[in-house]
Amino acid sequence: MPETTGAPTVERAGDERVPTLPSRLARFAALPTVGPLAALIIACLFFSVGTDRFLTGGNLSLVVQQVMEVGTLAIGQTVVILTAGIDLSNGAVMALGTIVMTRLAVGAGVPPLLAILIGVAVCAAFGAANGLLVTMARLPAFIVTLGTLNIAFALTHIYSKEQTVTGLPRVLTALGETFPFGNTDVTYGSVVMLAMFLAGWYVLRYTAAGRHVYAVGDNPEAARFTGISTRRLLITVYTVAGAVYGVAGLLLVGRTAVGDPQAGATDNLDSITAVVLGGISLFGGRGSIIGVLFGALIVGVIRNGLQLMGVASIYRVLITGILVILAVGVDQVARRRRA
Amino acid sequence: MTDPVLEARGLVKRYGHVTALDGADFALLPGEILAVIGDNGAGKSTLIKALSGALTPDEGRILLDGRPVHFHSPVDARRAGIETVYQDLAVAPALDVAANLFLGREVRRKGLLGGVFRLLDTKRMQAESSAHMRDLKIGIGSMSQPVETLSGGQRQGVAVARGAAFARHVVIMDEPTAALGVKESGMVVDLIRKVRERGLAVILISHDIPTVFDVADRVHIQRLGRRVAVVRPGDVDMAEAVAIMTGAAPGNDPGLA
Repeated sequence: MPETTGAPTVERAGDERVPTLPSRLARFAALPTVGPLAALIIACLFFSVGTDRFLTGGNLSLVVQQVMEVGTLAIGQTVVILTAGIDLSNGAVMALGTIVMTRLAVGAGVPPLLAILIGVAVCAAFGAANGLLVTMARLPAFIVTLGTLNIAFALTHIYSKEQTVTGLPRVLTALGETFPFGNTDVTYGSVVMLAMFLAGWYVLRYTAAGRHVYAVGDNPEAARFTGISTRRLLITVYTVAGAVYGVAGLLLVGRTAVGDPQAGATDNLDSITAVVLGGISLFGGRGSIIGVLFGALIVGVIRNGLQLMGVASIYRVLITGILVILAVGVDQVARRRRA
Repeated sequence: MTDPVLEARGLVKRYGHVTALDGADFALLPGEILAVIGDNGAGKSTLIKALSGALTPDEGRILLDGRPVHFHSPVDARRAGIETVYQDLAVAPALDVAANLFLGREVRRKGLLGGVFRLLDTKRMQAESSAHMRDLKIGIGSMSQPVETLSGGQRQGVAVARGAAFARHVVIMDEPTAALGVKESGMVVDLIRKVRERGLAVILISHDIPTVFDVADRVHIQRLGRRVAVVRPGDVDMAEAVAIMTGAAPGNDPGLA
């Protein structure tokens, strides 16, 4: 390749090589994470003023701990939605994973680490099934994952015999334990969730595989013409998402110290809420996973703040609903402006 | 006479009772712009799909640099050095210019970062993209701006640059000006000439006869699934070419007998 160095000489107003302050501001405002971050900051400011118990290390650590499994589910959901798909099955798959790992470890005498691996593998297998049905059978993701949602839900209840699994070995609940950070206790599980967000951000932004995820959601035809195997990519995406749901299950077990067959019933919609509030387009190909972390935290902050202020929890649901419609509205307006 | 860089002999493709290609011949010489024209249903796009690997002909042979090749997918053709630029602006609008140029062919950093952590070499891809753009005189300021912020002509420029950057033998352009206005079409035509200046052979499929006569070295006229004539724009005028295309005048192809 000739001339691999040197910046282009073409100069124009608003070009990144001659950044003016307004263009820099415009660029910053156009970043997909700015909206969610602003909303999160506004919510934090509001509750800091509203109650003096909000802005303490212990409380903020609690907020992160409360969102860790929905946040982790939202990581898998983000990657799926970036390909212009959707995954309704993630909460149910996670619940099945938790029942598999807890029952194997408690009832069947399987070594706890192996039980965890099997639980995660079951979730990954469900993800792979979603991916195969979406690509090979060419069924819409909405319908496929609605089906696997019901299958996973039923299997969870059949396998658990509706019994909550208790008396878990310590390995399974280790991620619910805390370590001191300054004068605040932080849950290991929170760190796992944050690390997974960082890993997801790295892969999506700095590797070819991540770019291909965006390209397939943005323009599948163009992706195919450039030689990307869209089918293989989608199967991988759904399978990895499934494995991530398994990890979310482990975090849930850590937090609650039981295997609960009723868990995760609304987590699919909550994870979609976090993704949408995080600025990911439901039409695929646009948005940043870091915004989704903010989206998950927004829901957690509102729940926690209202609780501290003594407001009935149903108002959280009300506010979340309004925010979701606002976020989707913003995405739609942006789409129309591009078109 | 020079040997063709890409050649096809006796291509046949049938779809049920419809014969799209009926023993079509084709020859592209090194460094030329060869236009392919023909009425709807003449088998133009079937011919191009066979040459670009998008379909496999039922009969006939395709030769690249004199050696027989068998393409089972567009990826095979790309590996052999034949790039295709599609008419419908096949770019990912949300990705930036450099990402589109290198889509599916990303360059990773050297050493551990690239090998183990699969880290992309964004700087190098941006620098190479802007070098290609400058080379082809495509006026796009920033390689990190999303393609959707560009005009239609600039977008097509990105698609053409992608083909020109990676092709080793042939660039196929399928109706590159169909979606564009007059001024932007002119820009793409200039671009086609620059691709030829790089020493690549270009196949131009177009309905736009004036553009074809403006830019092509030779014109392949396709009719009823076969090549009926190859003419030079200096020897034949547009009306005659259209007459051959519609069957009002006889062709000159030696294979017609």
